[in-house]
Amino acid sequence: MTDKQILEWKNRFAVAGAWLVAILFFFPIFWMVLTSFKTELQAIAIPPLLVFEPTLDNYTLIQERTDYTQYAWSSVVTSLGGTALAMLIAIPSAYAMAFSPTRRTKDILLWMLSTKMLPAVGVLLPIYLLSQKLGLLDTKIVLVVIYALINLPIIMMILFNYFREIPKEILEASRMDGTSTWNEITQIVMPLAWGGIASTALLSVVLCWNEAFWAINLTSSEAGTLAALVASFSSPEGLFWSKLSAVATLACAPIVVFGWLCQKQLVQGLTFGAVK
Amino acid sequence: MAGVTINNLRKSYGDVEVMHGIDLQIDDGEFVVFVGPSGCGKSTLLRMIAGLEDVTSGTVSIGDQVVNYVAPSKRGVAMVFQTYALYPHMSVYKNMSFGLKQQKTPAAEIDERVRAAAEILQITDYLDRSPRNLSGGQRQRVAIGRAIVRDPEVFLFDEPLSNLDASLRVQTRLEIARLHERLGTTMIYVTHDQVEAMTLADKIVVLRDGVIEQVGSPIELYTNPANQFVASFIGSPKMNFFASNDLVTDTPTTHITGIRPEHLILSAKDEAVVSGKLELIEQLGEYALAYLVSGTGTEFTAKMEVPPSTSIGQTLHFSAKPNTTHFFDAESTVRVMN
Repeated sequence: MTDKQILEWKNRFAVAGAWLVAILFFFPIFWMVLTSFKTELQAIAIPPLLVFEPTLDNYTLIQERTDYTQYAWSSVVTSLGGTALAMLIAIPSAYAMAFSPTRRTKDILLWMLSTKMLPAVGVLLPIYLLSQKLGLLDTKIVLVVIYALINLPIIMMILFNYFREIPKEILEASRMDGTSTWNEITQIVMPLAWGGIASTALLSVVLCWNEAFWAINLTSSEAGTLAALVASFSSPEGLFWSKLSAVATLACAPIVVFGWLCQKQLVQGLTFGAVK
Repeated sequence: MAGVTINNLRKSYGDVEVMHGIDLQIDDGEFVVFVGPSGCGKSTLLRMIAGLEDVTSGTVSIGDQVVNYVAPSKRGVAMVFQTYALYPHMSVYKNMSFGLKQQKTPAAEIDERVRAAAEILQITDYLDRSPRNLSGGQRQRVAIGRAIVRDPEVFLFDEPLSNLDASLRVQTRLEIARLHERLGTTMIYVTHDQVEAMTLADKIVVLRDGVIEQVGSPIELYTNPANQFVASFIGSPKMNFFASNDLVTDTPTTHITGIRPEHLILSAKDEAVVSGKLELIEQLGEYALAYLVSGTGTEFTAKMEVPPSTSIGQTLHFSAKPNTTHFFDAESTVRVMN
């Protein structure tokens, strides 16, 4: 083989490898969507059916049995609300940490991030009891607050990194120009870090949307999100694969479309502003 | 317009003191250049005058007012940064008007002042552009424009030419000199480039390790440097320093002799002050630089109108122009009178 042929083969292997990984990731989603159009019998058929007569029965049944729009609305409100609350706290905090750092700033950030390493179940009991005493069980408010708090460390970390990319001199110039702190944040920092702020917010919305642990434990019929709805189809009524797939598809669909539309910003946010 | 008075100014970061009691008087309308090697504290001093760094002790006064605790924007100073520090998301016009807007100046007045400043700097055509679409030189002019618009009592320049290429640097340097001529405002300018210092300054302040080494007019520093550091820092190429055993003539062993490269004259052996083996010649057209090594191993440079016809490795003999030799105490490096 010539060098050129070796190079070509290497490229082919790389492409094949990439396809393999992509299929590995995509297949469960594909299978979920496919199963949602099967009857329960077709869903458990061995060997698995690839060709069959699709049915919409599962979707009609879900709509009859539950109020999908109510759950979806809950997801929308808690995701956007949690994100908005978190951003409200994170922007000024990250601003302070990025532009007036102390010797302990990095430690504080790391400590905040370390709370993400604790298993959530560790604080389930106190948070459940607190919510109960405050009369917040099965309300959207409790999820908004919880979502804001659990995403805050990551949001802070990303925003901190974005803000630090703003040259210090620009803020000094604005101080020479007599800008108030509020104007400095709203007229200088936010416009300059707008891409970062937007992608961080998008990431937070996705994380909130997919959150299941707190939604399942703190809410049910009133404020339950789509994640809670999916869960309700799995345990108490046995494993009905095609119905479960249908409800899971319905839960995923909005955020997948949303994520697809905002792909570029999301990737930017996930790379932590490391590449400009 | 106002002068600046600095009294026993100190600055510490934690336990480390970086400015050790600076006293300085800058007169109204003067062009003062702070010069010194990296880390000498020149930028810190400027930033303390600007209000971007806290004062640990001592006072900074602008006009008659002590400004230690006055906000940067209320000090009547405007600063031009090395990196321009323009607001990238605003047009040139908005960059220049931003400060006035923050001070709630009437729109008509803002417009008038921005256009007047743009006129002075010939950037009227770029007012609608974003800084991204400007060249380095244009950006620096916008940064200067932003300072002019504020009509400050004192202009502060923090190495404003460092990011420009060589030809643009010379051009912008001239423009800054013209600007000072035209506005007559007090200007304080930080640079590590002694050519900028020599050409622009009414008064040069040479700093080293947070201490002022000497204050004086450019020519004063050139002809009467207070110590060996100032002597070596001012003038290009650098002054040559010789120990007594490098020289043919008799000098006390406690003295270091300084002769500038341009003051060495090629001479006969019996008239020579110093001799050296020729190592390298740099031909610059207008003049040539000869790099030599003395018999005792000291390297020195001679500036000559005509390059020597001698080949590399040959010995050359030099005498010094009369009254141009400097003597420094070998221990304290302070200049001793000839």
